[in-house]
Amino acid sequence: MSLLEVRGLRVTFGGRTAAVRGASLSVEKGETHCLVGESGCGKSVTALAVMNLLARGARREAEALSFAGQDLRHLSDREMSRLRGDRMAMIFQEPMTSLNPAYTIGSQMTEVLRRHRGAPRARAAERAAELLARVGITAPGMRLGQYPHQLSGGLRQRVMIAMALMCDPELLVADEPTTALDVTVQAQILRLLAGLQRDLGLGILLITHDLGIVARVADRVSVMYAGEVVESAPTAQLFAAPRHPYTRGLLRCVPVPGKVRRDEPLGSIPGVVPRIPPGFRGCAFRDRCPHAAPACAEAVPRQEAGPGHEFLCTLPPDWALRERAA
Amino acid sequence: MLTFLLRRLAVAILVAMTVLTLSFMLTRLSGDLAISIAGPNATQEDVALIRAAYGLDRPLVVQYLDWVGRAAVGDFGTSYFFRERVADLIAQRMPITLTLGLVGLGIALLVSIPLGILAAVREGSWVDRGVMLVALVGQAMPSFWLGLLLMILLGLQLGWLPISGTGSWEHYVMPGIVLAFSAIPALMRLTRSGMIEALSSDYIRTARAKGLSRLSILGKHALRNAAIPVVSIAAVQLGFMLGGSIVIETVFALHGVGYLAWESISKNDFPVVQAVVLVLALIYIGLTLLADLLNAALDPRLRAS
Repeated sequence: MSLLEVRGLRVTFGGRTAAVRGASLSVEKGETHCLVGESGCGKSVTALAVMNLLARGARREAEALSFAGQDLRHLSDREMSRLRGDRMAMIFQEPMTSLNPAYTIGSQMTEVLRRHRGAPRARAAERAAELLARVGITAPGMRLGQYPHQLSGGLRQRVMIAMALMCDPELLVADEPTTALDVTVQAQILRLLAGLQRDLGLGILLITHDLGIVARVADRVSVMYAGEVVESAPTAQLFAAPRHPYTRGLLRCVPVPGKVRRDEPLGSIPGVVPRIPPGFRGCAFRDRCPHAAPACAEAVPRQEAGPGHEFLCTLPPDWALRERAA
Repeated sequence: MLTFLLRRLAVAILVAMTVLTLSFMLTRLSGDLAISIAGPNATQEDVALIRAAYGLDRPLVVQYLDWVGRAAVGDFGTSYFFRERVADLIAQRMPITLTLGLVGLGIALLVSIPLGILAAVREGSWVDRGVMLVALVGQAMPSFWLGLLLMILLGLQLGWLPISGTGSWEHYVMPGIVLAFSAIPALMRLTRSGMIEALSSDYIRTARAKGLSRLSILGKHALRNAAIPVVSIAAVQLGFMLGGSIVIETVFALHGVGYLAWESISKNDFPVVQAVVLVLALIYIGLTLLADLLNAALDPRLRAS
């Protein structure tokens, strides 16, 4: 049983635009699963849908959506709020605005434990200080009395992470937790997440558009395009033998020192992520795909390219090998 | 925090001095005071006598400094009409106006904050539209008219409340409602828009991600941030209620400061007019200062800047 199982997730806004169109993915206990893709491909919406934090007016449907064997689809708001912050936690992309400016760090951290565990104030404060130290914040006792505006972005994101860990969650959903931070802080935060996962056996769903991060921390990668997961594979496998033309295009956009020559142009994918009208059939990438064929306008098969390696394309699994041989 | 306090205090003092000067100047702009005090049948000699008696023959600068010096120690002179000390006149009537203002603000807050929150939570629903319609009607309705309507309905037809005078707490209910009615639209709109903004913010998403209860999300995390503009405007509204209750006090025959101001203006009783303007302005300044302090308590970022 997977820790998080998502199958056929669909999210629509006001019935017109479909942000997520049948996405499937699963996160195992103690695994880091990276969800990658361009802006607007539905990564964040997927994460919010899992946590049931979608904005009002959004509609969520799924063939399966379960957490530790519990079906999340029919939980009431109250039941879901009992899970959130306790067994499944989330951190966001915007460390500068994700903390409430009117309350101290201590107040915001302790209320999680007080809410879910009924912990007394003093014990919750103790736990908060302990976690601040755990995420590498010095003088945690003093930080508890400070307000968000007194902290830098990197510190705030650490506070967010520490806050997410207050109740020892089993699943952490992290939506681009390092995008707003500078590179050195980014590395620290990623090391921190990796360490926490190793020590606490946490399952992490990490959303990012940075393939460098993926290569460093992911056990498994799912590539999202226009609201669908178009390819999913163990990290090494995906980087070594990507099957979906979109994944290949994405990988070519990343400069690799030593591999890309100085005067060689960097790859790019022409066009932008299209808006998908309702009732759309076929592959959403076909207008940007160098391998597009008439068959791409029909239902696209989900194919297996190896153990745990799936992709959504009309091309045969060994097309890349054959292309190279020819 | 201390620098914040000192800076606000310095601003308040500057404004108070400006008001002091303005209230003196305004009363001298309406023509020769000695002539209007003396009345239409007075002779030249009478006017000259009055002018000398009230010190109006002195140069303006001297009169001004005299007034400032006395006002600073709470001596506003003697009323020409009532023949009483102005300070006593105001002290007698201030409790009535203060009670009325506080009752009005209390009713206004009790109505507008819950309704504003409700409208924000149900943004776009018929509840929201209904609340905003009430706000629109409230803004458009003249308060004297509402006062008369209430008197007819609650006072004369149903006989629930007395329609004039200041004998008991019941006398303050109707005028309180009328005063509140003028403040409710603005306070309700602000609460609504503040809550809508707060509820769509990232930190509310965080609060939801933490699994907090609805009560905690609305009452603790959203309301505190939405309250800041509401506090500022509530203070201004209370100031308006104290200074602008002239109409209400007249309609309900409440002899408060507003009524006193109206009487003294019509009688050209300029020491009273000056003093009322000054006292109300000082209260206003005090209220603004109080609102700033409350907001600093609500939002730590204001304390830092």
